[in-house]
Amino acid sequence: MSETRGMDARSGPSARTPGRARPHAWFGEGLPYIDISDLTGKLISIEGTDSSGRSTQMKGLREWLEVQGFGVVETGWTRSKLMAEEIEIAKEGHQLNRITFTLMYAIDFADRLENQIIPALKSGFIVLADRYLYTALARARVRGIDEDWVRALYGFALQPDLVLYLKVPTDTLIRRVLQGDGIDYWEAGMDLNLGADPYDSFMAYQSRLLDAFEDLTEDYDFRVIDGNRSIYEIQQDLRREIRDFLDLEDVEGGVVEMEQFTRGPAQGWSR
Amino acid sequence: MPSAPAKSWPLPSPASKLAEPHPYPGRLIIVEGIDGSGKSTQLVLLQRWLQARGFRAFFTEWNSSTLVKNATRMGKKKDLLTPTTFSLLHATDFADRLTFKIVPALKAGMIVLADRYAFTAFGRDVARGVSPRWVRELYSFAVRPDVAFYFRVPVEISLARLLRGRAKIKYHEAGMDMHLSEDILESFKLFQGRIIDEYDQMVDEFGLRVIDATLEIDDQQQEVREIVSDMLRETGRDHDE
Repeated sequence: MSETRGMDARSGPSARTPGRARPHAWFGEGLPYIDISDLTGKLISIEGTDSSGRSTQMKGLREWLEVQGFGVVETGWTRSKLMAEEIEIAKEGHQLNRITFTLMYAIDFADRLENQIIPALKSGFIVLADRYLYTALARARVRGIDEDWVRALYGFALQPDLVLYLKVPTDTLIRRVLQGDGIDYWEAGMDLNLGADPYDSFMAYQSRLLDAFEDLTEDYDFRVIDGNRSIYEIQQDLRREIRDFLDLEDVEGGVVEMEQFTRGPAQGWSR
Repeated sequence: MPSAPAKSWPLPSPASKLAEPHPYPGRLIIVEGIDGSGKSTQLVLLQRWLQARGFRAFFTEWNSSTLVKNATRMGKKKDLLTPTTFSLLHATDFADRLTFKIVPALKAGMIVLADRYAFTAFGRDVARGVSPRWVRELYSFAVRPDVAFYFRVPVEISLARLLRGRAKIKYHEAGMDMHLSEDILESFKLFQGRIIDEYDQMVDEFGLRVIDATLEIDDQQQEVREIVSDMLRETGRDHDE
């Protein structure tokens, strides 16, 4: 079976069931062979372009939710057992066309959905997803792939209970990228020939992605979080959203202990 | 409390290329049928005939691209695959061959012979449990064949043929991953029987040309060649350029 990290540590359902039971629904046609009437967990996805700070924020959310007594499972784009390596190899060789590119990410997604996300939700965990299918929809729009097709393709997916979108403008993104690992071929959309050099290409590609996320925000009711602030402030907003969503009235939500973030790349990230 | 993101379903289906003739100068001929139906033998014989008549034929097989070969092999071996990932891996293989092999050959005016096509997915994957609508939309980028043959055969006959040629039935061929039966032969019959039901439904839906695959090999081939001859003549490709 695929990775169910948080689940192996504890056996059985989590200590605390997140909120009231609200029926889950498929994004489209769904998986006819899987019953989702008994999913007691919650699926929360964090969307945002590259370097929007998703993984740092997820770390903070996980700690906080666990302190509240919830079982938490993390899942992330291209982290499936089945496809993670395959996608890397294919990207290096540049042997992907737009359809196969989209399909390989969908395989990764399906593998995690069936072997990790749904089992965790069945056991009452909160699943934090670092990117969800909206990333595929945004990329499809930027790359000129038929969106009806991509939506139909991801019809097997489960609708998340909450989508938190970290919105960061491109001039902040580029500074973070340059302070980090530098510009990546794919993150700069170099395959699209948008600019003369990596910088121009990155800016053009990422601003198109932001436009695409803007449209998706309306279509799918994302909760928008202003990501152009300090890690601390962003984390507070995220916790507030989740606290409201889970109806955690009895908890001191939204308060972040700064010490939790001393390990993160806080300096380079403030405004 | 924020509500879950929801866009009303059903959303518009993607426009399917399978619904309209392709614009390329080449011709696409595909064969379908369950394992042991004899379709591959028939396709090889057709290729010989076309080549003898001076046509440049290009041959392509299901699940033969290298792109997702390792993931498919690893997934099968470790029994990691679900009906959906199984289906998507084959779709990726298909998309890769379509883009880099089939469409270029059609653009070059060749006759492309495909041993299995999207209809294999519509049969097998639905028999494995995925939604028929979903898998059809998944393959909506597939080029419509000029002729699609369906070699129809009762499951007992195909099973007897397979057992004559080799000692064992393969695990996935028998649909053993679906746990229909402990007995591999029984499982094969149940699984392939479901696929036959799906194929039978596709005959009208996609205009498959049904060949009685219980007939003698040369009788079937004669029928196949007549149908291909007619298609080439009707589409102005009865001679090579």
